[in-house]
Amino acid sequence: MTIIVTDGLTKTYGGGVTALADLTVAVDAGVIGLVGANGAGKSTFIKIMLGLVPPSGGTVRVFDLDPVTQTDQVRARVGYMPENDCLPPDVSAAEFVTHLGRMSGLPKTAARERASEALRHVGLYEERYRQIGGYSTGMKQRVKLAQALVHDPDLLLLDEPTNGLDPAGRDAMLALVQRIGTEFGISVVVCSHLLGEVERICDSLIAIEGGRLLRADRISSMTAASDVLAVEVADGTDELADALAGMGMEVSRDGRMLLVPMDSETAYDRILRAVTDLDLNLHRLDQRRHRVAELFTTKETADV
Amino acid sequence: MSEAGVIHDIGYQRYDGPRLGRFAMQQALYVHGLRAAYGLGRSAKAKIFPWLVFGIMLLVAVIVAAVRSTIGEVIFTYTQFADQMSFLIIFFVAIVAPQLVSRDLRSGTLPLYFSRPLRAADYVAAKFAALASAIWLLLGVPQFIMFLGAAFTTKTGFKGVWNEVLDLVPGWGYSLLWAVMFAGIGLLIASFTGKQAFAAGGIVAVFLMTAPIVGVLASLPSTTANSLAGLASPMTLIAGINQWISGDEGTGLDLGRFGPVYAIEAVCLIASCLLLLLARYRKVASL
Repeated sequence: MTIIVTDGLTKTYGGGVTALADLTVAVDAGVIGLVGANGAGKSTFIKIMLGLVPPSGGTVRVFDLDPVTQTDQVRARVGYMPENDCLPPDVSAAEFVTHLGRMSGLPKTAARERASEALRHVGLYEERYRQIGGYSTGMKQRVKLAQALVHDPDLLLLDEPTNGLDPAGRDAMLALVQRIGTEFGISVVVCSHLLGEVERICDSLIAIEGGRLLRADRISSMTAASDVLAVEVADGTDELADALAGMGMEVSRDGRMLLVPMDSETAYDRILRAVTDLDLNLHRLDQRRHRVAELFTTKETADV
Repeated sequence: MSEAGVIHDIGYQRYDGPRLGRFAMQQALYVHGLRAAYGLGRSAKAKIFPWLVFGIMLLVAVIVAAVRSTIGEVIFTYTQFADQMSFLIIFFVAIVAPQLVSRDLRSGTLPLYFSRPLRAADYVAAKFAALASAIWLLLGVPQFIMFLGAAFTTKTGFKGVWNEVLDLVPGWGYSLLWAVMFAGIGLLIASFTGKQAFAAGGIVAVFLMTAPIVGVLASLPSTTANSLAGLASPMTLIAGINQWISGDEGTGLDLGRFGPVYAIEAVCLIASCLLLLLARYRKVASL
């Protein structure tokens, strides 16, 4: 099912700043990574989907609804977790999430029940009656996620959910996001400037840079075509490289390793034969999945 | 093995109950704001000030009622009660208005509100109604105490009670005018800063600094300036309207023929406060 469709989506702020330029994507349900450097237009895209800012050009449809004219219907089905700190320090998490549940139109008792449930699912059950001011950053991020989840949305928009978390906290948050996407049956858009982080949990990926679409596709199709074999031998790396090149393979060097595209099933055999012909000690021969990051090497330098 | 002790993780449950509309959200926000104004559902610290003010006003009302029922002397009428308590109302607004709006600005909670179906207009309407109700209760409840004191000790039977009702209702109306005016100005000032102390200071300053201006204008030789002096301060403005409508001369103001000007200014002031608030939150909402 396609949940988000944009066609030529453009947003220009006053003063001529272009946040989004001619963005055309169609996204299927699942966990969706939205990656780009700071200022690439990720937050603007989210705000347009929420109907908070109107697009300057093009169209966007969420669940086949127009966020500009059918704002209420869209927002009722979408949960939003902002990037910045947005929690008052002097109320308890249970109370705060209940209040925001009511602001989403839940009746009083339903809001209270759903708030406890949401807090339990994000792993804050025991602590929910404590004041938020005493929470750690990781717990605050969980409260922010719980308030986005309280009204049972069909789509979650998470703006940098791992911001400010330590490595263990990041892993826990990403695992939680993945669980929401798979077990809860809620589609999730995860914004991040760290590609390596979201590629692990996403079904599909939208990469934008400077407001323009770099690539939007399913993760599986991004990595499938790019499998390579990594070969490492004790000595004679150069000879092996020449031999493989002589067999018509495109060999590239990566440190002490040789990378050979796995173009056919026979690639293993041909490499092994070349190694034995040269009488070299083979240390390693394995299939390596390209990390998605390698598809965006130009972007990585732009990040700095 | 017993099955009773096993905790079943029933997993994530979808919600298919009713989802209420924007009016219900507005109502929920209103009730939340009214409760917050009196510190209900908040820490004990947040309860101290509102209840202290409320307690003082109640005490004054009880004394007034007691004096009236024992020696029959009327210390304040219902409208004079509101005028006399104006400083307490200012301090109440200065504490409560920032509680209602500056807190949300400070902690950045507004994006969470405005990513929901709630609109800027709903937010402003709910907060305004909550603060106006809080101020009205602050005046209206003590006025009702005064009424009870008078009604139960009246010597003219049902007619006396009815006369008292006829005094109380305009008194409540007058309190409503106070409430609406102070809520509008207080919220507008508080909505410009996330720092509660600054907001409180700003509100007190606006209400208190305008009083000397009235004094200066009232001492000018021109009678027109004297008559219009009350326009400079929200407190004298409201007192002027009361004087124009009821013909009560007890406020020390000399309105001349400018009574309607007071009413027009009050309406314009309240309306512009609300419009400015709306414009402010429209801007915040589309962050």
